[in-house]
Amino acid sequence: MNTTPAPATTLQGFSRSESVAMAWPMIMLAVFFVIPFGTMLTISFFERVPGGFFEPGFTLESYARFIDPFFFKSLGMTMMIAASASVICLALAVPFTWSLSRMRHHSRVFWLVALLSILSLSEVIIGFSWSLLLSRSTGIGNILVWLGIENRAPKLSPGLGAVLTGLCYLGFPYAVLVLFPQLSRLDPTLHEAARMLGASPRRAFMNVVLPNIAKALVAAFIMVFVFTLGAYLIPQLLGKPQQWTLPVLIADQALFQSNLPFAAAMSIFLLGVSLSLVVCVGWLGRTAPHDQDDAHDDARSEEA
Amino acid sequence: MSLQIADVGKDFGRHTALRDVSLDIAAGELVCLLGPSGCGKTTLLRIIAGLETASRGRITLDGEDLMQQAAHQRNFGMVFQSLALFPHLSVEDNITYGLRLRKVPAAVRRKRAAELLDMVRLPGVARRPVSMLSGGQRQRVAIARALAIEPRIFLLDEPLSALDAGLREAMQIELRELQQRLGITTIVVTHDQREAMTVADRIAVMNGGTIHQMGNPLDVYRRPADKFVASFIGQTNLIPANWQGEQLDVRGTRFDPGQATRNTQPETADGRQIWLSVRPEDLTVLDQGAPADPNAAVMEAEVRFIRDVGASIEAHLELPARDDLPPQALVALVSRDKMQHLHSGDSTRIQLSAESTVVLAS
Repeated sequence: MNTTPAPATTLQGFSRSESVAMAWPMIMLAVFFVIPFGTMLTISFFERVPGGFFEPGFTLESYARFIDPFFFKSLGMTMMIAASASVICLALAVPFTWSLSRMRHHSRVFWLVALLSILSLSEVIIGFSWSLLLSRSTGIGNILVWLGIENRAPKLSPGLGAVLTGLCYLGFPYAVLVLFPQLSRLDPTLHEAARMLGASPRRAFMNVVLPNIAKALVAAFIMVFVFTLGAYLIPQLLGKPQQWTLPVLIADQALFQSNLPFAAAMSIFLLGVSLSLVVCVGWLGRTAPHDQDDAHDDARSEEA
Repeated sequence: MSLQIADVGKDFGRHTALRDVSLDIAAGELVCLLGPSGCGKTTLLRIIAGLETASRGRITLDGEDLMQQAAHQRNFGMVFQSLALFPHLSVEDNITYGLRLRKVPAAVRRKRAAELLDMVRLPGVARRPVSMLSGGQRQRVAIARALAIEPRIFLLDEPLSALDAGLREAMQIELRELQQRLGITTIVVTHDQREAMTVADRIAVMNGGTIHQMGNPLDVYRRPADKFVASFIGQTNLIPANWQGEQLDVRGTRFDPGQATRNTQPETADGRQIWLSVRPEDLTVLDQGAPADPNAAVMEAEVRFIRDVGASIEAHLELPARDDLPPQALVALVSRDKMQHLHSGDSTRIQLSAESTVVLAS
């Protein structure tokens, strides 16, 4: 136990220097997040000057433009793309991470390094690479021609499939990194115990492994969902105009239509929608059956 | 059901975990695989379970080839060292998981769970989440879950290692009673020789991927096949000695091993160093002036320490250095009576008799 008298405190048992150190992140957050957000919020209520910029004022005109079938269609498309990309991403990442967590140390490090190197690629490079790979002239469709399956290479980009491919490629490493810690901590004998009781490996995985990583699944879903919701380059590079998501439209309004108030209003709307979805999914995740961590904590407190 | 293990081996890369092990287990028998960590006992159990594939060899169950069956097709019950209870399920759902896979109706499952919980003396906890149970209770649930599927073979991997000493001893006895009542063929992996001696019909002592000795517990204790078994099963004194014709030279003292159990013969190892294994309870500390047995080897020793743990008293002794031999530490169990006359630093005499000595070449 510490027996030296505590120094004069300012903030619940922290010294002055500690308080300053802890205030630093909050100052940074205020400068680089709260102030720009406030600016954007303010601009969204400003009046637009046609053909020009905007002038201060208070109007709900930009928000009124939401009541429009075109806007709801692109909002729906944005949500659908983000949700599909997240689901596909998880469907690929869960079995991959499961086998990764059971690999020997060396191969595990190799795969993790490979995944981290994907993160170092910029979205622009990824977008252009996929648009090349999915194009008619130089794309992977030519393999089908070479194999004699198709007469003419299919044009896979732009299109919904291309957008989803690009987004999954972007989101996959994040999903793996969120799932990996919990899957590697999960007792491997749980799966074996289910097999000994008569479950096939696949069945044991569904019955025993998945319920015990529910929290990580929810976290990975939210992560990829929010990440793809904000994606701007991939839908623009790999999608047709009808697959342009809200971020593309926002950029279009801000950069090309010079309608900053409407762009700001859309941004705030998108932020609101994604925040409420995250809260909803998080709440659903909390009511899911208790997982590993809780069980371990209970055991520990009982033994104490 | 009887299990036949024939020349089963297992390699992990260049490392050989199991070297062509053979073992026959009779129906209703409880066999303990006993050995230090890394001796291959868990690998052998996992191969029997089907969780690991053997690199060589064959396992049959009443003549039925098991090598082609996956773990989930074997219908073997297994209790894991970690217990591996499903944390997201209640006690009852854990126990009936195997029955649910076998499409047993819900009402039957519930009844069966209650019966099993009664059998492991844990009634009334069916609805609790497993995280609410104590270590001993979890242990019982894991046993009940493995037995729920009416397994053909019952496998336990260090099942009691997570429990504290008192509870572990009680559970050993309970486990043995349960196994005898059910008459189920059982294999227990353990590194605890007391546990093995308590529960087993036969013990297979393993080290370095091979079975060093297979036999009933007392036999293995009384007649160890080699130095490893002698020192791993219980406590023993290993004293170096040499053959001198039909007799042994123990630190300058002539000793006729007579009827002693031995794995070495004078004609095959004349002059070579061998070892005498004497259990602490078989090493006699002679009273002052007491006559020695003329057939026994008697040596001078110094008392170093008396360890009185209440139930038993150990005298820690030392044979003095001699010629090129370093001093040799020995442990003898003594009676409370005899202890009165022993003090650290005293000189005394010890006696080895042929009938309680085992002569070992390796």
